[in-house]
Amino acid sequence: MPRGYAGKILDIDLSNDKIKDITISEEVLKNYVGGRGLAARILWDRLGKKWQNVDPLGPENLFIALTGPMTAIHPGARVCITGKSPQSNGIIGSTCSGEFPSELKCAGYDGVIVSGKAEKPVYILVTDDKAEIRDAKKVWGTESPETIRILNKEVREELSKRHPKIGVWKEPGMIYCGPAGENRVRTAAVLQKVSHAAGYGGYGAVMGSKNLKAIVAKGRKPLPDVASPSAVRLLWREVDRRLCNREREWPTVHGTGYGGYETAARSSSEPIRNWQEEWHDEKGFGGPKFDYRHWVKRCWSDFNCAGSCMKLAIVKAGPYKGAFTDDPDYELQAYCGPNLGIFEPDKCIYMSALVDYLGFSGINGPNTFAFAAELYQRGILTKRDIGFELKWGDVEAFEKLARKIVKREGIGDVLAEGTYRAALKISEMKGVDATKYAVHVKGVEIGAHGTRSGEDYNPIGYACSPQCGDHTSGVYDAYRDMGSVFSDSAVICSFVQDWELTWDYYRAITGWETTQEEWNRVLGPRIMQIQRAALLLGGPDIVWNPAVHDDNPPRWYEPLPSGPYKGKTTDKKVVEEQKQQFYKAIGWDENGIPKSEILKKLGLEDVDKALEKIRK
Amino acid sequence: MMRKQVVWIFRDLLRCSGCRRCELACSLHHEGKMWPEASRIRIFMLFPGAEVIHLCSQCHDYPCVASCPVNALSVDKDTLAVKVDREKCISCGKCIDACPGNIPFLHPGDNKATICDLCDGDPECVKVCREARFDALWLLKQPRQWAEGNLNRKLFAQKPEDLTKDIAENIYGEKAKELV
Repeated sequence: MPRGYAGKILDIDLSNDKIKDITISEEVLKNYVGGRGLAARILWDRLGKKWQNVDPLGPENLFIALTGPMTAIHPGARVCITGKSPQSNGIIGSTCSGEFPSELKCAGYDGVIVSGKAEKPVYILVTDDKAEIRDAKKVWGTESPETIRILNKEVREELSKRHPKIGVWKEPGMIYCGPAGENRVRTAAVLQKVSHAAGYGGYGAVMGSKNLKAIVAKGRKPLPDVASPSAVRLLWREVDRRLCNREREWPTVHGTGYGGYETAARSSSEPIRNWQEEWHDEKGFGGPKFDYRHWVKRCWSDFNCAGSCMKLAIVKAGPYKGAFTDDPDYELQAYCGPNLGIFEPDKCIYMSALVDYLGFSGINGPNTFAFAAELYQRGILTKRDIGFELKWGDVEAFEKLARKIVKREGIGDVLAEGTYRAALKISEMKGVDATKYAVHVKGVEIGAHGTRSGEDYNPIGYACSPQCGDHTSGVYDAYRDMGSVFSDSAVICSFVQDWELTWDYYRAITGWETTQEEWNRVLGPRIMQIQRAALLLGGPDIVWNPAVHDDNPPRWYEPLPSGPYKGKTTDKKVVEEQKQQFYKAIGWDENGIPKSEILKKLGLEDVDKALEKIRK
Repeated sequence: MMRKQVVWIFRDLLRCSGCRRCELACSLHHEGKMWPEASRIRIFMLFPGAEVIHLCSQCHDYPCVASCPVNALSVDKDTLAVKVDREKCISCGKCIDACPGNIPFLHPGDNKATICDLCDGDPECVKVCREARFDALWLLKQPRQWAEGNLNRKLFAQKPEDLTKDIAENIYGEKAKELV
């Protein structure tokens, strides 16, 4: 059996209550590794032929949660969530950290594939070498803290009943969707703990569409064997030593929780009021304000990580008392702060906590809230449409909006479709072009790093990425871009950022001789090509045209209205040039479609054949 | 080689990051592999944020040792840690019930009682916690006469649920009632 892997994957059909174990050949694992890569292969094998007709929120879609060979053995254990994305209609690998992946591997599984749809709400319980489907009535409709409390209690009691003598059972690990996912809101995340979310892709909605509230795992076996235990032992300490280095501000000391001020003030690339601006100098929104007033746990980690970029933040006094979340990290500081016109840490923590508890992706959900607020600002949406005034900075109004979206009430039902789909619908309703205020790439709301100042993300980073608006997987030259494909496939945190060490670690675990060069030239691109093909085939509701949609949102071509980079904007000509360079480098034709000869060289004949119908 | 010595592992629950590297270090030392469920030190997270460090606190009167019907448990003369004779242990679980914190557990591999042995005075869990500068675990080196008969130690042997309630209130305040 390949090393680093538990050796089997759960394959669960919720329509027919069927559970089986499957194994993946060593050949496939060596090529696709795990997580994003392996899921792309599985999705393509199972759904590729009918891709355009598969409704991401229909029973035929797959919900896939995979670990990788490095997961839990390498610091920073994450799980990669995939499926056909209800946002991009392609394949997005979305990861989040926590204890679910280590528990899953200790139970003897590398992942779970869920197909079909349960008749009523269920959760899946995975224990050593087996799984069962259980009634989720008690947790359906509950917000994150309640979901965790109830499931921890229920599962620990159940396991204690089954094995009364072994002592006190520790809590299980779990992934779950919130009320937003249950109601198939396309910006819904898959969560771990209270606030760790796999947000991009909208896979919380896929869980909801299957009546699947959670997957809970408790394993008592060791983590899988590794090829070179002594090397892994050394590397384990070395990676952690670097991660917890306190001579750098980041990740241990500040996490990314000092970004809400810095990114705007320094590089003018933070979303403010739906990206109308990207610069502010609100010192009251600075890191120390969050830090000294709200952080009660400066180092808050997930399984096997000394980096602890997360900080537990709580509002202890005032009207928002009781709200708690992590940091918020930079992305949520930005999206639940300035992007909603909020510049006070306690309000930002309250909003961040709210979107976590309701099960939104903290980036994607609030992107839609701000989109709605800009439409209100411009008089396109009125008080009559929304039911109340939706002014920048008004926490109570944004909370009402969030809850309306979750319940799909009135305008909430439209906004629940995510920013782009809502923009199309509102354009139709109002007879105006609302898409120019939608800040997304191919249906995926964009991370909190802009391109206009030229000081942060590169101009084609999002436009050409198969992960679309995902800020963790931007592209640039089709070579170095494969790093994030690797992190998402080996399923580890990408914060280590020492590739030599990472690849030594990978080889010490797996015993394979794969090199980074081989990954960057062959294995990584192969995964990207499958993702690209799925993205271009798209459907059933939207099909992307690279000539139009391999691009930044219109807002990003408006000049920055304020700050030291005032007047600067993304250069359309540069975008077009870099786009063509990228196409060439990765092996796509001038229309952005993967070339036949490249796909054949990578052994992707089936993908090539499927693309015939969209080649002119 | 370090000489065996009397030590005690102080646990600062509020500083525990929840990383569980202590569990990995412990299991690497005792089992030769990463095996969280076999670790003698256990981190409970009954609610995120309220992480609880759970390991033997070497009570002055060792109720676990007294409870064992087959004398499989004994006190190490040099370290004052509880030693388990795995040959003798009959997996009855009496030591778990006798412990005021239900801290011992049956090993997921051989099903025998499993209790922290203080790594003979040089605990691995403390090293990784200090290395990360979390300092949730401290190694106290105490004169034998202070350690023996120390009544405070038994107070640390609490059930994870009870410790969670205290820590949760410390962290979350009134809100804790809704969470745990």
